[in-house]
Amino acid sequence: MRRGKTRRDRTVESISLPPESLTDEALSLRSVVIPTSPKSLPRTLLIACGALAREILAIIEINDLTGMALECLPATLHNHPERIPEAVRAKVQAARSRGIQDVHVVYADCGTGGLLDQVCEEEGVTRIAGPHCYAFFDGLDAFASRSEEEIGALFLTDFFARQFDTLLWKGLGLDRHPELLEMYFGNYDRVVHLAQTDDPVLDAKARAAADRLGLRYVRRKTGYGELNDFVTRAASS
Amino acid sequence: MSDEEDDIVLSELSNEELVQQMHDDLYDGLKDEILEGVDILLGRGWEPYKVLTEALVEGMRIVGIDFRDGILFVPEVLLAANAMKGGMGILKPLLAETGAPKQGKMVIGTVKGDIHDIGKNLVSMMMEGAGFEVVDLGINNPVENYLEALDKEDADILGMSALLTTTMPYMKVVIDEMKAKGIRENYVVLVGGAPLNEEFGKAIGADAYCRDAAVAVETAKEYMAQRLHNQ
Ligand code: B12
Repeated sequence: MRRGKTRRDRTVESISLPPESLTDEALSLRSVVIPTSPKSLPRTLLIACGALAREILAIIEINDLTGMALECLPATLHNHPERIPEAVRAKVQAARSRGIQDVHVVYADCGTGGLLDQVCEEEGVTRIAGPHCYAFFDGLDAFASRSEEEIGALFLTDFFARQFDTLLWKGLGLDRHPELLEMYFGNYDRVVHLAQTDDPVLDAKARAAADRLGLRYVRRKTGYGELNDFVTRAASS
Repeated sequence: MSDEEDDIVLSELSNEELVQQMHDDLYDGLKDEILEGVDILLGRGWEPYKVLTEALVEGMRIVGIDFRDGILFVPEVLLAANAMKGGMGILKPLLAETGAPKQGKMVIGTVKGDIHDIGKNLVSMMMEGAGFEVVDLGINNPVENYLEALDKEDADILGMSALLTTTMPYMKVVIDEMKAKGIRENYVVLVGGAPLNEEFGKAIGADAYCRDAAVAVETAKEYMAQRLHNQ
């Protein structure tokens, strides 16, 4: 029965959460502004996918980068890439109207088929290179060179390992309809966990995810990969 | 589901009500109800082709619209497709016997490097529902697979699907190879997949980019009509 459901687009309602109060749930579902100290206007703003927030904050901290602020769009947009370009544009324009000139977009193409690049060009902002975050964590060349060997792989980053239930299992409706598993994953043979950090608890989660999908588990430590270079370069631009 | 809906007895509905109900059941991905509905309509003497187009294809068209508009997401579409597939399972052998209108033949597959197949499968099913014969090459297809199948099957249409920005350029590899072999003009080339757009379709030399399965069917029919006209 058609129930006249309408889509609630929550990408526009932002909430403000300091780094210590961030939750993966919020990063998945909400637009999150992450205030950084000092409170003065930041010199550089990163507009990112929520799936990258913790990693970006870690890079900022490790490299002691200053004058940077971070705003994230909900990671669930990943399943609706057609909404990403305009959501990013709105964030860029809002930042500009607050007087922040130096803006960088921490989104891969993410299935926008070049439309995000078009928006970045029109708005005069840079974007991290690559088709998706799996590729830039792994290293673009390394990822591409393994593409044939890993054709049957489902990739998980640390974030997706933590949010497997929300973004993948529930996102694909497998909680309600486990019978769809074969239609989704019938052609897959392994889960490749591209690990940003060494965390046994997270490894166990990723392995459990692979088990649930009936796939072999492979772990590959990537660290922050090319995200590290992009964020540190943005800081010195 | 409410109790009210549970009380509906399909066999007591008029033809018109039943078809409406089947659209709803398809929307809800209720395969058993679809199978029952198909049987009832056939039992009432409906031509298999009429059951297919009015109950199943039309229902799936509505699902497609709500998917495009963001009201339904992938799992609902998969469930609906599953239900329709069940119904088509009953109808297909009957269609072969009763001689439904034949539209043409399509070879379809997901391109090399890509194993997304939900959209492609949906297009295949809707094309079949519209009377096309479909040869599905599955996923991860190199150029040779397409060329071989086009030749062997004596197809009219080539359909290529890609869901990754990294794999969509491969469509151009296939089209360029067809040009090099001098066979490009023998086929209608349709391309689709979420990251593509019209501009991309033009740039790689496809005949058309199709946003969804319904557009694919319409476009394929138009090209087939043109082909007949030009023969
Ligand atoms: C479901 C899904 C999956 C499923 C696939 C299951 C399956 N059996 O196909 C799973 C979860 C397994 C998966 C895996 C991956 N996916 Co995926 N996936 C999606 C998702 C959410 C939906 C795609 C879909 O099935 N839509 C439903 C169908 C009905 O729609 P459709 O495919 O667009 O098809 C319609 C039209 O496009 C058109 N059409 C399609 N094909 C054709 C062909 C012709 C000839 C015609 C005329 C028309 C036509 O008609 C169809 C019906 O109306 C998209 C995001 C999105 N919203 O598009 C990401 C997405 C495509 N995936 C993506 C990625 C990155 C991957 C992975 C690498 C992720 C990972 N973690 O490992 C792997 C890759 C696997 C591989 N080697 O190919 C990215 C691509 C990013 C990019 N830069 O290209 C996307 C955009 C998500 C994202 N933002 O990151 N994925």
